[in-house]
Amino acid sequence: MSNRIFYATAGLGAKRRGHALVAKDGFSARYDLDRVRGIFSRPGHKLAGESYIGRVLVLDAAKGGVATAWMLHEMKARGVVPEALVLNAVNPIMVQGAALADFTMISGFDCDITAAIPNGAFVEVDPTCERPFIRIV
Amino acid sequence: MRLTDEEEAMRAGNLGPALRWAIEHQTCVGRYFGARDFVQVSQAHLMADTESLGVAGVEWLEHMANLPPEHRRVRIPTITDPRGTDFAAAHRLKHEPWMLDLERRAIVAFEALGVVMTDTCINYQTIMPPVRGEHVAYGDTGVVIYSNSVCGARSNFEGGPSALSAGLTGRTPRYGYHLDERRRATLVVNVAWTPREFNEWGALGGIVGRLAGDYWQVPVVVGIDRVPGSDEMKHFGAALASYGSVALFHMAGITPEAQRPDDVVDPGTGTPTFQVGEADICAFQRSYTQAVEKVDVVVFSAPQLSLIEMRLVADLLDGRHATIPLLVVTSPQVKPDADRMGFTARIEAAGGMVLSGMCFYQSYAREMAEANGWKRLATNSAKLTNIIGGYGYTPALLSMEACIEAACADGRITP
Repeated sequence: MSNRIFYATAGLGAKRRGHALVAKDGFSARYDLDRVRGIFSRPGHKLAGESYIGRVLVLDAAKGGVATAWMLHEMKARGVVPEALVLNAVNPIMVQGAALADFTMISGFDCDITAAIPNGAFVEVDPTCERPFIRIV
Repeated sequence: MRLTDEEEAMRAGNLGPALRWAIEHQTCVGRYFGARDFVQVSQAHLMADTESLGVAGVEWLEHMANLPPEHRRVRIPTITDPRGTDFAAAHRLKHEPWMLDLERRAIVAFEALGVVMTDTCINYQTIMPPVRGEHVAYGDTGVVIYSNSVCGARSNFEGGPSALSAGLTGRTPRYGYHLDERRRATLVVNVAWTPREFNEWGALGGIVGRLAGDYWQVPVVVGIDRVPGSDEMKHFGAALASYGSVALFHMAGITPEAQRPDDVVDPGTGTPTFQVGEADICAFQRSYTQAVEKVDVVVFSAPQLSLIEMRLVADLLDGRHATIPLLVVTSPQVKPDADRMGFTARIEAAGGMVLSGMCFYQSYAREMAEANGWKRLATNSAKLTNIIGGYGYTPALLSMEACIEAACADGRITP
């Protein structure tokens, strides 16, 4: 499994490393997170109760409303923030939020990335290459 | 991306730092989605409540607002989504002074940028509805989906930073729902039962949103047997956008781009097709009601209420009295009419609280819950039921009438 590499169609931000927090579920900073405590708070979310601080979140699709465009910036300013975000499918809000916050995010794979990356794996996310990727190290 | 001479000048900083930041931000987003160029937009709508902005976001806005006036003003009409409080009622909601201070700072900054503080998520009902084919940069999912689908306008979800960028530059990257090819249906939903109440329209929106699953899906709904009104479309679209992150739907025979399903469905492509009936809509609502026998607060919000909804609430409260908090949230444009026509007075005489210019979930909902002891909430907004769980509430999705009944019966929900 180690050193397996998965290429994304697009990415933003700087290279990051961390332990993956993986679920086949969506992501919205407004809908899903307690941003003060740094945990997933929406009941029913597959990561409910889990801390996201410093983790590489590997999730299915961007969900919800437009607030994440500001919230990633606010979360990063307080340091209560994931290390990076890896999604099968993004919406414009995630990209706009990542662009404002200079936050690391990649998306778009030829497989279901939530099935490919084991929960807890130590991974590297590199959006700076011509072909952005996530790699199990 | 291909840039015009003016856009190159913006990027070079010749038109000031605000425009340089804005065009770089937009170029970054446009490249992510493969946009070839920019498209001119005529209006922007900006979501920026301070619960989302935080101190960091307000300071960022203040930095922009401190630039010289000739470098910081928006160049197209740029209006705002609801704010994080109603200053006239903040004490009744137990909003803290620091929240109000942050809101005031954000408002001062926005005004310095030339933003018009409309504070509404129903601008398509009250301010200046876009027309078919008009390219806009709107920043509230309910606003975008209504404008795209019902009006035939063209917008992506534009979060606060991008909507502000569009206000400054007068353009947005040309991708997504600005393009003809993205507006084709990707799934067909055959509906065997037409909703009657707003909560049922919201439930249908929630079901279709879950079927759609992500931003790039465009459902066409077939089988609706009458033309829904604007408030019904509002609840349907808001829930669809919330549950599915969907920005555009078609309704066969009703919305402007889909007079027939064939207008938006490519023949022979095997477009996925789903069936939804009354039982599905009832089951969706039961999933939000069966665990709740009694609520602490009743909320009509998300989206803000139209004048007609305000009248409905006032009518249902006549001769009654709310015995638990009953919050009725509308826009600053509707509120004066509701005052003038006596709806506000009737609602407040019956124990309700009319709020203006805010939206419940955008107004420090977690802090309000803690300050007021609110845990269980009844609403007729499917959108609100989807959002508010993350803020620690247990929501019940009921009709407007059943919400009023609960409000007047110490919160007990009639089975």
